[in-house]
Amino acid sequence: MLGLGADRLRADMNRLLALLFHQGVLDEQFLQLQQLQDESSPNFVSEVVNIYFHESEKLLRNLRGLLMDREFTDYKKMGIHLNQFMGSSSSIGAKRVRNVCVAFRAASEQNNRAGCLRALELLEHEYCYLKNKMHELFQLEQQRLLAAGVRYPMQN
Amino acid sequence: MSITADSKFHVLAVDDSLIDRKLIERLLKISSYQVTTVDSGSKALEFLGLHEDDQSNPETPSVSPNNNQEVEVNLIITDYCMPGMTGYDLLKKIKESSSLRNIPVVIMSSENVPSRITRCLEEGAEEFFLKPVQLSDLNRLKPHMMKTKIKTQKQENEEIQELQPPPPPPPPPPPQQLPNNSKRKAMEEGLSPDRTRPRYNNITTVV
Repeated sequence: MLGLGADRLRADMNRLLALLFHQGVLDEQFLQLQQLQDESSPNFVSEVVNIYFHESEKLLRNLRGLLMDREFTDYKKMGIHLNQFMGSSSSIGAKRVRNVCVAFRAASEQNNRAGCLRALELLEHEYCYLKNKMHELFQLEQQRLLAAGVRYPMQN
Repeated sequence: MSITADSKFHVLAVDDSLIDRKLIERLLKISSYQVTTVDSGSKALEFLGLHEDDQSNPETPSVSPNNNQEVEVNLIITDYCMPGMTGYDLLKKIKESSSLRNIPVVIMSSENVPSRITRCLEEGAEEFFLKPVQLSDLNRLKPHMMKTKIKTQKQENEEIQELQPPPPPPPPPPPQQLPNNSKRKAMEEGLSPDRTRPRYNNITTVV
């Protein structure tokens, strides 16, 4: 019965992942991340994704801070933040977030403040969605491990 | 001190992004390399025992030693875009250093800019990887590390031969074998005189 629970949770996870791939929220790089996780590094994906969350939120705060300043002119600085955000998003397979960064950067290079504001809103939205889905995924994973752990003896 | 079958190659990874450092570290460890990560070019140079101002002086006084024997690095993989010293700047400094120039360098970049790639390869980078780096990319690293290891091994073997006392002279040959003896002598003379005495600092790694 518990084993069935673990299998069902795994199916739920796979369904969620498939949805995220279908929506273009994640790309193959996320799969690469999963392949880097094994017994010697069992929490690799969540570690990396948590670092991503932490850094992204800082970047988003910085970006908003820059744009909210009425006398804002430092598009170069904004570009630096965006490059960092793009790089890290690309590294974990966060495709949609990365694509919004690209559009954001284009607006920034044209010194288009209104365009940047719109891009920032979109970026915050995409990021929020991604974060919620990642949390869902990790919760399912944790539940699955618990369910599987009860069924099978702990192996050291 | 000996190079055994399971001693690992040591890679120094340089990237200002924490996420990318975690990734490259994991990729390298899975590929069975020993890894050290640093977050800047200047920290990389520090780790390699090179201080930014004495790059062209091979015989630096013992105050700023080249500690390659403790921290032998077989390959350096660095991000291109970093604040301060870029990966390209780091590459240049390494290639300008007589003590470090033999270490293969690989550049990583998230942007596919052909002129950038060309510039790096021309400056002596062995490979240019587009980010995100894949496990399959890392398969291209080993040949570069092997090449350098073989070169270093050869150098060390020659050092060992020079240090050993010369073999006892062969018994004087009977007269009819004289032509052979002089031929061998000519060969021996061709071997050693003009070659500069190699450094001793790698000798600890010899079998």
